[in-house]
Amino acid sequence: MKFGVVVFPGTWSDRDCGWVIDQVLGAELTYLWHKDTDLKGCDCVILPGGFAYGDYLRTGAIARFAPVMEKIGEFADRGGLVWGICNGFQVLCEAGLLPGALIRNASLEFRCEWTNLVVERTDLPFTSKCGEREVLHAPIAHGEGSYFADPATLSRLEQRGQVVFRYCDATGRVVPGANPNGSLHNIAGIVNARGNVLGMMPHPERCSETELGGTDGLKLFRSVAENALQVLVS
Amino acid sequence: MDERRLREVALTPDEYKVIVERLRRAPNEVELGMLGVLWSEHCSYKSSKPLLRRLPSSGPGVLQGPGENAGAITIGEGWAAVFKIESHNHPSAIEPYQGAATGVGGIIRDVIAMGARPIALLDSLRFGPLPESSRHFEGVVAGIGGYGNCIGIPTVGGEIYFDECYTNNPLVNAMCVGLVRTDELMRARAEGTGNSLMLVGADTGRDGIHGASFASVELDDNSSQRRPAVQVGNPFLEKCLLEACMDLSHTDAVVAIQDLGAAGLTSAVAECAGRVEGAGAVIDVAQVPRRERGMTPYEVMLSESQERMLVVVQRGREREVESIFNAWDLTSAVIGQVTDDGLLTVVDGSDQVGRLPITLLTDGAPVRRLVGIAPDPPFGLEIDALPPLADAGGTLLRLLASPNLSSRRGVFRRYDHMVGDATIVPPGGDAAMLRVKGTKLGLAMTTDCNARYCHLDPHLGAQLAVAEAARNIVATGARPLAVTDCLNFANPDRPEVYWELEETIAGLAYACRTMELPVVSGNVSLYNESFPTRGEGGPAQSARPDGVGQSAIYPTPVVGMIGLIDDYSKRLGAGLRAEGDFVLMIGSTHNDLGGTEYLKVEHGHVAGRPPALDLTREQAVNRVVLAAAQSGYLHSAHDCAEGGMLVALAECCLLGGIGVRCPAVRPEAPLRLDAAFFGESQSRFIVSVTSRAMPEMQSLARRHNVELSLLGLAGGDTLEFEGQLKLTLAELRQAWDVLVP
Repeated sequence: MKFGVVVFPGTWSDRDCGWVIDQVLGAELTYLWHKDTDLKGCDCVILPGGFAYGDYLRTGAIARFAPVMEKIGEFADRGGLVWGICNGFQVLCEAGLLPGALIRNASLEFRCEWTNLVVERTDLPFTSKCGEREVLHAPIAHGEGSYFADPATLSRLEQRGQVVFRYCDATGRVVPGANPNGSLHNIAGIVNARGNVLGMMPHPERCSETELGGTDGLKLFRSVAENALQVLVS
Repeated sequence: MDERRLREVALTPDEYKVIVERLRRAPNEVELGMLGVLWSEHCSYKSSKPLLRRLPSSGPGVLQGPGENAGAITIGEGWAAVFKIESHNHPSAIEPYQGAATGVGGIIRDVIAMGARPIALLDSLRFGPLPESSRHFEGVVAGIGGYGNCIGIPTVGGEIYFDECYTNNPLVNAMCVGLVRTDELMRARAEGTGNSLMLVGADTGRDGIHGASFASVELDDNSSQRRPAVQVGNPFLEKCLLEACMDLSHTDAVVAIQDLGAAGLTSAVAECAGRVEGAGAVIDVAQVPRRERGMTPYEVMLSESQERMLVVVQRGREREVESIFNAWDLTSAVIGQVTDDGLLTVVDGSDQVGRLPITLLTDGAPVRRLVGIAPDPPFGLEIDALPPLADAGGTLLRLLASPNLSSRRGVFRRYDHMVGDATIVPPGGDAAMLRVKGTKLGLAMTTDCNARYCHLDPHLGAQLAVAEAARNIVATGARPLAVTDCLNFANPDRPEVYWELEETIAGLAYACRTMELPVVSGNVSLYNESFPTRGEGGPAQSARPDGVGQSAIYPTPVVGMIGLIDDYSKRLGAGLRAEGDFVLMIGSTHNDLGGTEYLKVEHGHVAGRPPALDLTREQAVNRVVLAAAQSGYLHSAHDCAEGGMLVALAECCLLGGIGVRCPAVRPEAPLRLDAAFFGESQSRFIVSVTSRAMPEMQSLARRHNVELSLLGLAGGDTLEFEGQLKLTLAELRQAWDVLVP
């Protein structure tokens, strides 16, 4: 399993994702430059957090035009694993690889804090190491992470079970008080219909070592590294 | 020379005379502007220089002391920590968001220039009371977040205080910490005649012209017209600049990197050349990439456009460097060469437009010998006249809710404090700690200053700031290593302010020398004094109760400190960790009510002498905590600071989510009950330990001749002193977590 971490100018979680993949997980890692037109044989492409191109216009609005994005689109079409984290999720929505959009937090402020996420899909290559409705403890860090989609899209997502993570309280109840940003239906992460493109606002790479406050994020990396091939085949 | 013209460039007639004497001719317009900015207080330190020499700046681990872009100290395993604090007060008063944002951007570039990767930011902030000062407060907090969050460097610490004296003069001091391999530490020295000077990053515009001069005068009614002197930040561009500079460190084509900050190109070139005996430089302003048409050489040399760096490149290797910048889509241009004539020569194509000796620019400003006169001593405090404590619980809730003590969560959750995967003690406790990835080393960092203490006694207040910072470091289990300081003062031309500056620096020097803490970098910000607007708003509010100036700030010497723990698995947090733990006080308590938050909140006074400080005892207490942490006896440690023992204990409970049951406190005369609960006696920690560790703790304390007392037992969800107060954690949290209003 070879991970490719995409670096746009303005990306900053590239090194954190790389650290977890390389140093904690011990998997193969390569960085993909935004100008690259070749995915270097990666099995899973991660679009990490940051402010790609400064995000002065609208988050992800410029990044979707980067040369590497065309290849990532083709890769996703072929069933390749694409994982957008934070800014990466925003970019995937802008690029049309995932439905909906991420708008400004309801508080109108940036939020960096720990949240709880209930896992609603464990049959995915990204979550196979998680338990049924397991509650993950993971931090967020964003100003524009409020998930929004029109009612039709939203009900389609719900019907097809494309919501992977929802903000919840410590016991797993999906309640308004646990929603840090005003996301519709407390949505923290979604997957495409085929199940190979995941977008999530929380940062699993920031909770993959005990000294950082938790290791729940590592379950997602390990799912991809160890189980992805089996899950894809089955 | 026209006096009005001189005032525009912030030079005095006497200074002009010195210039003419040294040059043996009158300077032209361009030269006058260049001298004006470099001789400003902000760049030349002409009022504070003789005093600053008193600060200890050397020590065993010091790799770089003051005089460079930032200080550096070795931390082991081949790593050096690079750090500096700097003020951006005046711009933040006028334009809070951009003032704070560019303050952050500037201090980051200082660390980059040393070849280090910035790993953390801290911000020491002072505002007038809310809600009146909410424009300043909101703008500054948003600006810090806007810049730091975007560039991807975690903001992990700092402080916020509110006081009337900052109403018109908010203080914004930004500190940046970086890491570099000791053998890759860079110095911004323009070595090698014939080497090229490249300018990289943002195009040069008219923004920020005369910013340094502006920072060297008092704010007045017309200050808002100086808004063009405040620069606009572009954190995305700086992120690209940062990564490109990190890539540069892999090539030996680069001789030096220098930040362009205050006084722009003029200062960057002069400083860089000034560090090498006999070096000079030729700059061709025509080669400087610009974002505006029709800029004069004067404007190009003085522009303070942000996100620019000057790079000294080996002759013939410019292409290599350019290609690194190109990869990040950054504009770079060769704008000049290093010379050996000791002169800064400015040309515009084939025309020479200015030529000045480097030493005249960097060291020529006549040192101002100011006179300090002690003001009348501040109000005394008749402790016996204070009514006895009536309601300890009510007082505690009011203190927890006071803006100076309430939880800062509402602020630090607006800052990304986790990016980098290194934050192992997050903000909200004493000091923050970051791990050095790939090692067991933990780097603790903090900023501290209780300006109320400094106002009441600047000499003692400065020592207290050093001691408090050290205690915050020690509370994480790390040992204090080194200091950077940001000295914020009012107008030093007034003898009582200059006296405060003298006393403060003497106090800092004494404390740092005694505690063996070198001061490796720093910054001085003077003239933090404004004349409040009179007019329709009615009479101006006067700030300082002692009537000094109309609206002068308290002396505010912010101490930034870093510390080191060799094995970060032994680090400590402030919150209680386990039910059944013994909660102990290390250190002793006296009637230290002068200058306390209790006195201000409950009795409305800022008076008395600040808490006494005995640096020998301070160090003994620190040694006990460090030894206990090292031996693994401690579950938590928290500094007893503003609000005293009871506020600190409440914080231990709230941060750990565990209550404490304590027997009633019955102080022995002459100790008062309010002083036992809320007095701010120094050199005290609240720690928690397992019952098994008690004998070791007792013998450790005895060995160091330090008082150790049992406060109570951790457990439950209330903070209780039997018969004296009983509050649930929910009640405490409701008072404390009022997100700065």
